[in-house]
Amino acid sequence: MTNSVVKEPSMLLQKDMISGHYSKLARAEETGHKVAYTFVPGNLTELMLAFDVLPVHPEINALQNGMRKLSGEYIAEAERAGHSEDVCTYVKCDIGMSLKGNIGPTGEKMPPPNLLLLSYTGCFTFMKWFELLRERYGCATTMLHVPYQAEGHITKEARDYVVKQLRDVTIPALERATGKRYDEDRLKEYLARSAKAEDDLVWVLESAKHTPSPIDAYFGGVYYIGPLFTAFRGTASAVEYYRALRDEVRSRIENREGPLTPEGQMRDQRFRLVVEGPPNWTHFREFWKMFYDEGAVVVASSYTKVGGLYDRGFRHDPDRPLESLAEYCLGCYTNLNLPSRVQLLVDYVNEYQADGFLVNSVKSCDSFSSGQLVMLREIEKRTGLAGAFIETDLVDPRYFSAANVKNRLESYFQMLSQKRATATAS
Amino acid sequence: METLLSPIAALIGRCEELIADLDLGSVRAWRAAHPGKPVIGYLPIYAPRELVHAVGGLSVGIVGAGEELEIVRGDACFQSYICHLPRSVVELGLSGKLDALDGMIFPSTCDVIRNLSGIWSLSFPTKWVRYLDLPQNFDHSLGGAFYRQLLDGMLHELCDLAKLPYERADLRGAIRAFNANRRALRELYALRAKEPWRAPTSEVYVLLRAGLLLPADEHTKLVERYLELARARDARPLDNARVALRGAFCEQPPIELVKTLERAGCYVVDDDFLPMLRWPDTDVDESGDPLDALVAAWLDTPLEAPSRYTRRNEDKGVTLIDAARAAKAEGVIFAAPSFCDPALLDRPMLLGALDRAGISHTSFKYAENTGQMQPIREQAGTFADSIKLWGEA
Ligand code: SF4
Ligand code: SF4
Repeated sequence: MTNSVVKEPSMLLQKDMISGHYSKLARAEETGHKVAYTFVPGNLTELMLAFDVLPVHPEINALQNGMRKLSGEYIAEAERAGHSEDVCTYVKCDIGMSLKGNIGPTGEKMPPPNLLLLSYTGCFTFMKWFELLRERYGCATTMLHVPYQAEGHITKEARDYVVKQLRDVTIPALERATGKRYDEDRLKEYLARSAKAEDDLVWVLESAKHTPSPIDAYFGGVYYIGPLFTAFRGTASAVEYYRALRDEVRSRIENREGPLTPEGQMRDQRFRLVVEGPPNWTHFREFWKMFYDEGAVVVASSYTKVGGLYDRGFRHDPDRPLESLAEYCLGCYTNLNLPSRVQLLVDYVNEYQADGFLVNSVKSCDSFSSGQLVMLREIEKRTGLAGAFIETDLVDPRYFSAANVKNRLESYFQMLSQKRATATAS
Repeated sequence: METLLSPIAALIGRCEELIADLDLGSVRAWRAAHPGKPVIGYLPIYAPRELVHAVGGLSVGIVGAGEELEIVRGDACFQSYICHLPRSVVELGLSGKLDALDGMIFPSTCDVIRNLSGIWSLSFPTKWVRYLDLPQNFDHSLGGAFYRQLLDGMLHELCDLAKLPYERADLRGAIRAFNANRRALRELYALRAKEPWRAPTSEVYVLLRAGLLLPADEHTKLVERYLELARARDARPLDNARVALRGAFCEQPPIELVKTLERAGCYVVDDDFLPMLRWPDTDVDESGDPLDALVAAWLDTPLEAPSRYTRRNEDKGVTLIDAARAAKAEGVIFAAPSFCDPALLDRPMLLGALDRAGISHTSFKYAENTGQMQPIREQAGTFADSIKLWGEA
């Protein structure tokens, strides 16, 4: 592995956005900015921005700490404080970080929350996580219960329930926390900008239908979704970022180039894959290299939909501000029932002309992982392709066994090659 | 000590047989005797069983398969780091042992049960499957309005299954039947808290579990009969430690584990076994609109569970502490299923609340098929000894 990491220009742009956000957070107490901790799936960024609230996403801190090799120590700290080895490591990484002084991934101190904005989409752990943080910080907490898409679509009852909560619970909680009045016109402005950026993200994700694919929709994809899934949706800088990203990808399509990976440009694309499940963050580069070395490019992934299924048509809509926020919360990937998740992946395999698919099952996350073996078999049945199954974790370095993962991947790619050879021969 | 032929031993023996019959013989017999009436399974931790009863059906609690069933297909569905309950439920389903069920209700207890609802739809496409999204917003105009629509929709669907006009569903009658059942169980818990030597938890537990399988009225009679026999039994108190047990609200410990705690010198005087049978802990309103009454049953119960949102820090652990004090428990044993995120994420907060209240505690994990009881016996024994020593000091 070389030491110099190759980065796409848009990545550098994003890096500046993120470090700008972290330094704003570090100065929040001094500048008087109110801070809300909240989660990625089903986040209410535009609404928070309309109240000038700075969002903090504990899962993003956790994954950044994973990438910076800090998560192991934070998890150990949380376990020493009595947290079970069995539970989601994002929670423990976050709690460990807080126990060790709440120094964020960029080395700056994170401000304590003025509000815990618990919007509860697709995962029950979120609820416990914020009960734990509320105990720690003793601050105001507001909960938005987002029902599950059990029937495979958003029901009117569920949408009305979320809209009513936004109106009667969430907005008043933001008003109390900030001392500001709700201004729907401001919210609409943010939502309009969101929709623009969402168009460009979809364009980028769908560019993977080209051969060769100009993007990697999993390892690269996690960067592409970053601004829209976190603090920047609705901002002018997000619009600018996605425009720049789109231009960058367009030029790769024109030049028939593959994505840039940390190892350099990916030229030889031997396998097109669909991936289900989050990535491992503690060995992210090593993990990506295993794909790069085999010429495997990911053309679609479910993880890039945890913060919204924009590629299935959803857009934030300034004409229906609260309704579209509600639909957004209800529509995130892990809030879909298992049959819908299966169908989405089957559709990706077909639409993106994948050669195979892979499930990365993470120990931490029941929301993602529970049922993935059934999904694997169902997708195999419906696509006629054999899938691969590997097990890692999000941010607990103890659960990434490089040798095992590599072995599994190598045998899978070997199997795909043999199948291809047999098909060509016949 | 009773002989095997004593009435109480016979009654408990019958419950044990019911539970051990993984083919659900009693449910099959009920079904044969009530053609056309729906038999609906439900998972932990809470489902309004009244809806099923209201259409003349039988609700059947499914909590896994304990230690008896060999798990093959279930293990092929779940990774090693997922709790045991879903794998045994899948095993039961795929091996045909749940064929007597016309449908299943999957309450919103955790991500595992939530995703299990999808596995069920994929595996049994012709069966009725309902995910029950219990509201976490407890305001009647918000969570309540949503929940009422949900229950109303379910009742309509159950009426369709039973081929019964909606107007003829007897929800009020069902509420009465389950109120009576819960009253009997409250009496049972009260007797055990007062005189645990008359109603040991190893018996209370199997009696409770029989309630997952029997029609409400039949189970009520059984509990009442047990109460009568237990009150009259000739039993003397032992010098045991009185403990409350928490964490076993979903995947159930093996019965042997409960017996082990007793052998280790503990009287379990309070527990959170099978909340689906005991929630709410007051009567559901029998006079007003029955759907509203069921909505209130969920929204207004003060009871806590790891899958219910606790609205304020100061409420955390309150019902545990109150229950422990009311039952005169001298300590709390926190026993949670391995890999159970709700229980294990809740644990530090509950233990903190116990520390602040000056109640001692100990913790361990189990799985429904845990076979090795020695470590548990040692830990519980040490805990019981320390409580007794401490108490005497
Ligand atoms: S369980 Fe999964 S979705 Fe939930 S907080 Fe953990 S990683 Fe996120
Ligand atoms: S034991 Fe815990 S994790 Fe498993 S199904 Fe029950 S509540 Fe969910």
